[in-house]
Amino acid sequence: MVMSDAFWIILTGSLVAATSGLLGCFLVLRKMALVGDAISHAVLPGIAIAFLISGSRSSVPMLLGAAAFGLFCTVLIEVFSKRARVQEDAAIGISFTWLFAIGVILITFFADKVDLDQECVLYGEIAFVGFETWLGIPVAVWTLGVLLIFILAMIGLGYKGLFITTFDPEYATTLGISVAGWHYLLMSSVSVTTVFTFESVGAILVVAFLIIPAATAYLLTHKLKTMLLLATLIGITSSILGYYLALWLNASISGSMVVVLGVLFIVALAVSRGKRMQISAFS
Amino acid sequence: MDANTFTRFFSLQDPNVRFVLAGMVLLGIASSTIGTFAFLRKRSLTGDAVAHSVLPGVCLAFLIFQTRNLWVLLGGAFVTGWLSILFVDLITSKSRIKPDAAIGIALSFFFAIGIVLLTYIQQTGLPGQSGLNNFLLGKAAAMAPEDIRTMSLVSIVIVGTVAVFFQPFRLLSFDPDFAKATGMPVRFYETLLTTLTVLAVAAGIQAVGVVLMAAMLITPPAAARFWTNKLGVMILLSVLFGVAGGILGAYVSFANNKMPTGPWVVTMTSLLVVASILFAPGKGVFSRWWKKRQYRNKVQRENLLKALYHLEEATPGKQWFGLPEIMEKRPDLSDALAGQLRQLQRNGMIEQSQNKYAVTPEGMTEGKRIVRIHRLWEMYLTEKMNIASDHVHEDAEAIEHIITPELEERLAALLDYPEKDPHNKEIPW
Repeated sequence: MVMSDAFWIILTGSLVAATSGLLGCFLVLRKMALVGDAISHAVLPGIAIAFLISGSRSSVPMLLGAAAFGLFCTVLIEVFSKRARVQEDAAIGISFTWLFAIGVILITFFADKVDLDQECVLYGEIAFVGFETWLGIPVAVWTLGVLLIFILAMIGLGYKGLFITTFDPEYATTLGISVAGWHYLLMSSVSVTTVFTFESVGAILVVAFLIIPAATAYLLTHKLKTMLLLATLIGITSSILGYYLALWLNASISGSMVVVLGVLFIVALAVSRGKRMQISAFS
Repeated sequence: MDANTFTRFFSLQDPNVRFVLAGMVLLGIASSTIGTFAFLRKRSLTGDAVAHSVLPGVCLAFLIFQTRNLWVLLGGAFVTGWLSILFVDLITSKSRIKPDAAIGIALSFFFAIGIVLLTYIQQTGLPGQSGLNNFLLGKAAAMAPEDIRTMSLVSIVIVGTVAVFFQPFRLLSFDPDFAKATGMPVRFYETLLTTLTVLAVAAGIQAVGVVLMAAMLITPPAAARFWTNKLGVMILLSVLFGVAGGILGAYVSFANNKMPTGPWVVTMTSLLVVASILFAPGKGVFSRWWKKRQYRNKVQRENLLKALYHLEEATPGKQWFGLPEIMEKRPDLSDALAGQLRQLQRNGMIEQSQNKYAVTPEGMTEGKRIVRIHRLWEMYLTEKMNIASDHVHEDAEAIEHIITPELEERLAALLDYPEKDPHNKEIPW
């Protein structure tokens, strides 16, 4: 059976949204939303170098190397804020803009060798996901599927560690759980995810997939498990609705998916407001 | 990069060079000035949100008015830039979502709307849309005389407003609570600062693009902060760094026309930050390391003199002491002993004869002073603070290197010039 382009695009979008949404929950709860933003920009030089060396778009070892730049960005932020005593917001701002600038320089300078254009950097090429297939299934679906399984396994197996280090790092320390270890595991996961979702949604829109579903779910529930589930569902919904919005407008698919995410967030904001006002009216 | 390129660039004969350079200098002035206040108010990343959010405004203005007139596009940029700030405020005030997530939501949502509009415009085939995607990653080389005029005006407005409202802006940046308490219209000045930020972003966006615009606001003030504690000086330095980064970046992309201007400007300004972090006097890494080292050396020398004093005190009549004796007294100093003894000798505090050391009269006075402060402080802690006498030594070890002669005099007067410390040792006067 041959699946239509629409199916593969929506599936790819859902995989991106689900993976990022799950990780995003921990970022939002740890008040690290902007570190996620920074990482997603900072992997750009890594991706450019990976393409430059391997000459291909889907060399997994190269892409894992590219993800190291995301981790490097978190270290840079830490060095700027802890060692050099730059205030934290500025440390984040300097680090990711600099790395992003270096990425753009590499891409433009080696334009003939690095097959990446501006559009891809900024909003990905999810529309072309069906061009490259393996066993009849798009390569992007394979890689993103494996990534999702990895992230699910990490959250499933490490749920307790992630949970405790997120909500009560001091208690975690007294239990002998490595707060820094879980922190860097999470940051590595975010880096790898931004690299692997790069081709589909670009370096900037992935921020939306990381933060908005998680923040929307955060408005609707107080339980972490429910939040993870809701974030995934919200991401998938936006992928489906966004695809048809893009079709209707004949505009960017990944952009439309994020617009739907934004609208869902605003609806959740209104609903949660309404609920809270009801509660306060009764009490 | 040969001398020829250098002269061709700085002789400013190429009109293109003139435009790019003027644009980057003006942008440096405008964004570094207003960025300083955003930095001090810890709102640096709000600038990032605004930068991403001007994109839908530009596209909407183009769609509605069907023109590429810069003022129209700037107007659109200004409106959505402001809306994104209101959106962040709305999220943080009406829900339990933290400001950092709110900024992330606003910037990615507005940016996505911009992308949808931009790709929508691209397939409509409307005339004059070709330059619109310059707003994404910026294109300084595409700067026209009209853009320069606009940027000049924006820079003048920003610098002028900051000059007029310098005092209230300063108060707002350093002590907003006090500003509110004095009855200052805080809300008005905050709005004014935000408006100027949005204006700077809107003007700069087509030169450096949505992502790197944030760096124009954040990076120069971060570098300037390392050199000064004065707001006026900080703004001047920030502008200096912003302009220097602009000129250097423009030069690199002129020398190699494959190089993009905006990213090089950001890279150069970031290097200025790194240089400031390392080399700035006072707050820089090297300066702090040097000061720490100086202080450590001073403490070690004082401890050494103290040890020699203690040795003389314990064995009356004996003046010359060998290294083993000194080392036994202060085992913690054994690594630094040789160097510090040499330094003390150079300072005339001690003298050496056949591997034995003795304090000179100057060294004696200094050693006495340290021991006196130490014992006075122990006295003070036991007498005035009611701390047990076996708990006061550690504290005195630290404070003896810090107390000034004035403080020492007051301490002595307060304790009525005691003769013995709590451990019944003599306080040397």
